[in-house]
Amino acid sequence: MSGQTPVLHLVTCGSVDDGKSTLIGRLLVETDSVPIDQLEYARTTRRGGSTVPVGEVDYSLLTDGLEAEREQGITIDVAYRHLNLPNGRRVLIADSPGHEQYTRNMAVAASNGDVAVLLVDAARGVRPQTHRHLTVCALMGVQTIIVAVNKMDLVDYSHEVFEQVMGEVRTTAARLGVQQIDGIPVSAVTGANVATKSDAMPWYKGESLLGALAIWEPVGRLVDEGFRFPVQFIVRAEGNFRGYAGTVVAGSVRPGDEVVIADSGRTANIARIVTADGDLDVATYGQAVTLTLDHEVDVTRGDILAAGTPLQPADRFGVDMVWLGEEPLAHGRSYLLISGSRSVPATVTNVRHRLDVVSGHEHAARVLNMNDIGRVEIATDRPIPMDPYSLCRDTGGFLLVDRVTADTVAAGLSRHAMRRASNVVPHVYDVDYQARASLMGHPARVVWLTGLSGSGKSTIADAAVRKLHAMGIHTYVLDGDNMRTGLNKDLGFTPEDRAENVRRVAEVSKLMRDSGVVVFVALVSPFRSDRESAATLFDKGDFIEVFVDTPVDVCSERDPKGLYAKAAAGNLPNMTGVGQAYEPPLNPDLIVHGTGDVEASADLLVAAILEA
Amino acid sequence: MQQTVPYSAVLDELEAEAIHIYRETGAAFRNPVLLYSIGKDSSVLLHLAIKAFYPAPLPFPVMHIDTTWKFKEMIEFRDRRAKELGLDLRIAQNLEAMAEGVTPFTHGTHEYTRLMKTVALREGIDRYQFDAAIGGARRDEERSRAKERIFSLREPGHRWDPRKQRPEFWRTANTQLAPEQTMRVFPLSNWTELDIWRYIERENIEIPGLYFAKERPVVERGGTLLMIDDERFPLTEGEVPVMKSVRFRTLGCYPLSGAVESSADNLADLIAEMESSKVSERSGRLIDGDGGGSMEAKKAEGYF
Repeated sequence: MSGQTPVLHLVTCGSVDDGKSTLIGRLLVETDSVPIDQLEYARTTRRGGSTVPVGEVDYSLLTDGLEAEREQGITIDVAYRHLNLPNGRRVLIADSPGHEQYTRNMAVAASNGDVAVLLVDAARGVRPQTHRHLTVCALMGVQTIIVAVNKMDLVDYSHEVFEQVMGEVRTTAARLGVQQIDGIPVSAVTGANVATKSDAMPWYKGESLLGALAIWEPVGRLVDEGFRFPVQFIVRAEGNFRGYAGTVVAGSVRPGDEVVIADSGRTANIARIVTADGDLDVATYGQAVTLTLDHEVDVTRGDILAAGTPLQPADRFGVDMVWLGEEPLAHGRSYLLISGSRSVPATVTNVRHRLDVVSGHEHAARVLNMNDIGRVEIATDRPIPMDPYSLCRDTGGFLLVDRVTADTVAAGLSRHAMRRASNVVPHVYDVDYQARASLMGHPARVVWLTGLSGSGKSTIADAAVRKLHAMGIHTYVLDGDNMRTGLNKDLGFTPEDRAENVRRVAEVSKLMRDSGVVVFVALVSPFRSDRESAATLFDKGDFIEVFVDTPVDVCSERDPKGLYAKAAAGNLPNMTGVGQAYEPPLNPDLIVHGTGDVEASADLLVAAILEA
Repeated sequence: MQQTVPYSAVLDELEAEAIHIYRETGAAFRNPVLLYSIGKDSSVLLHLAIKAFYPAPLPFPVMHIDTTWKFKEMIEFRDRRAKELGLDLRIAQNLEAMAEGVTPFTHGTHEYTRLMKTVALREGIDRYQFDAAIGGARRDEERSRAKERIFSLREPGHRWDPRKQRPEFWRTANTQLAPEQTMRVFPLSNWTELDIWRYIERENIEIPGLYFAKERPVVERGGTLLMIDDERFPLTEGEVPVMKSVRFRTLGCYPLSGAVESSADNLADLIAEMESSKVSERSGRLIDGDGGGSMEAKKAEGYF
């Protein structure tokens, strides 16, 4: 289907100072995309700082969205607009703000972009943010970058200025591996080279900006040799109909083609391509269809039907990550990874480096903060198939979601699978948990006591263990302080290290519980999401969360280890309850009060273990 | 070489995107609902929903926010279509406000809309415990919609917090909800008004007759033509309804829906009129009239 890109996804980058709002406003007006009443508004309304005389169109007013930003005079988020080119092509514009702190918005806008228009102010030349925009566009896989060298009217339409800007931009683009880069000298204010070629720059032989958008064609999708179809919805209907609904995100498919269910490695042939308008002979990139298979195979939502380039599951990946969350990335914390229609718990196991988006240098880093881009390693709880992002955005890009707030905290771009799932196959032993439990004569549980330092976790655990021991029940206590003298002695008290501390203790408790022992964990574990990650290792009922609820003033008065005194003196900046927040459980299985009777609290624990 | 892109190719792509959004919504949420407001956008929305899950029936109910001030013809259309298509139709109304006698004439458009539409919508979602509400809003309708997400998060109490809105990458949606959060979903986000009409024409989608020009009794108030749909419309002294050939560009509560004089009584004429008109669609809606950013304020309260 050459010459057929009905909808072009365009991302615009640059700041208000570069004249970006004016350029977009001009594009909208030149393509007749602005209703008369809105145009009238832009003629009559003025905001602070505008130098456009009343009666003329202030193009920048056509593109601002929210009241809050109109008052501030800046663009604070991605805005989506459209225009129609004279040849009938639709252009969907994702407009992102240019300010430094908004790298994440830029990444969102670029994530769907075919083409980026990158504004450079001719009078001011290439600036740090120009490199930032180029870097993000290249990272997010934008194929073509059009550098609009704006305000040419302010530099006497100088060819030399234009070439100087383009020289610098090309050097950076080459380093980043940008596929295609073009430069167009324009003036958004006068309209030169925006919709039509300008007489003022006879030295420029290329297309106007709108002309370039009208003739653009993809360089050739890298994925043309592979078919990818993430299953969104299982359609069941009368007559035993079972179909897999989804969108073709790479390649094409015909009835009779063999496809692999990437998760299981099983194969089947396509029977029908079903749509409400009748069956199709072929489904190509971008089409939303329902596929049926020639025989019954296990396919669930999130699975990928694939052909061509092999796609195998793995559980460790090297990825580039754009950190979006206000809380920094926490090493070892469990997040929800969303890839296509699939979601799976995942942890960041290693931060390799942070990218300086201006210089291109890679800096050693342990965390990523909001708007940082870096290379990290992730581990998923179960193997999933992901393509390299460079091959396919939809099957190589993923989101990380905070499991408590449900906020999207990162966008990830898979670079390579580090460990194919087939390399690590858990061995199944004949003597299993059930066998051990029957030998022990009791089931095993994990009792997780969380609470402030000095709240009484160890004391209550100690009392409960004594009671259970007397009843012939096998127990062990994993005590936070004891763990830190050995297995966890390399960890400190930052949120990242605390997450890793909790992860290791949880994994150890899982092994010990599997051995048939009732395991008590006495650990401050101040963060809700860390504790929730621990809970996900267990079946419901095997993990009992106990909140030891003791007011902080009681704890600090007890101060059995002298920690509160140190914190008060400013020597322990990460002390929970002083310098760091404690997040109490929202729905603990049991609450005991550290100010109450220890024996009574221990009895409550024992009862909970026996009845669970 | 510059080639012409057929309009239907653009519609194909918009259709595929909307179907993708529908399937994600149908699978990821526990209890989604389609908000059906009877107009042209709702008709397209419903048509796409049926296509998305074909050959299975629509896997979720549809809900109409009924202010009791809709055009009579709209209600007849709604009930007939629900029957023909076998829809699970729910009606949400703010009974309390109705009992208190809230009307578009007594309470001013802003307060009326808040009570009869926003509050009724919130109550309907709460009553049926819907976790996702699918609506027909488009980004081209109003400037403040340009930044609206396809999956638009609502905080507890249905509050729209611009800072909590999630970034949207690729086709991948974060449909996770924290306790008491809900989602609004807009499959038509990237459609334009003309796309809606072209798609109605291509797919032969049935829409209420009010969109087509016909002789109707109207009065003119403040430059706006209002149709006298029933006897509840209080005429001022000396005001006499006149018969004019009019049609409606958007349908809502009849006392708040401005008519345009037109002779377009079929789809082809209507689209021709549309293409030559350059006035934005919401200019005929009295409810947005109080300032360019008022939609933003209404959304923060939980309006669509």
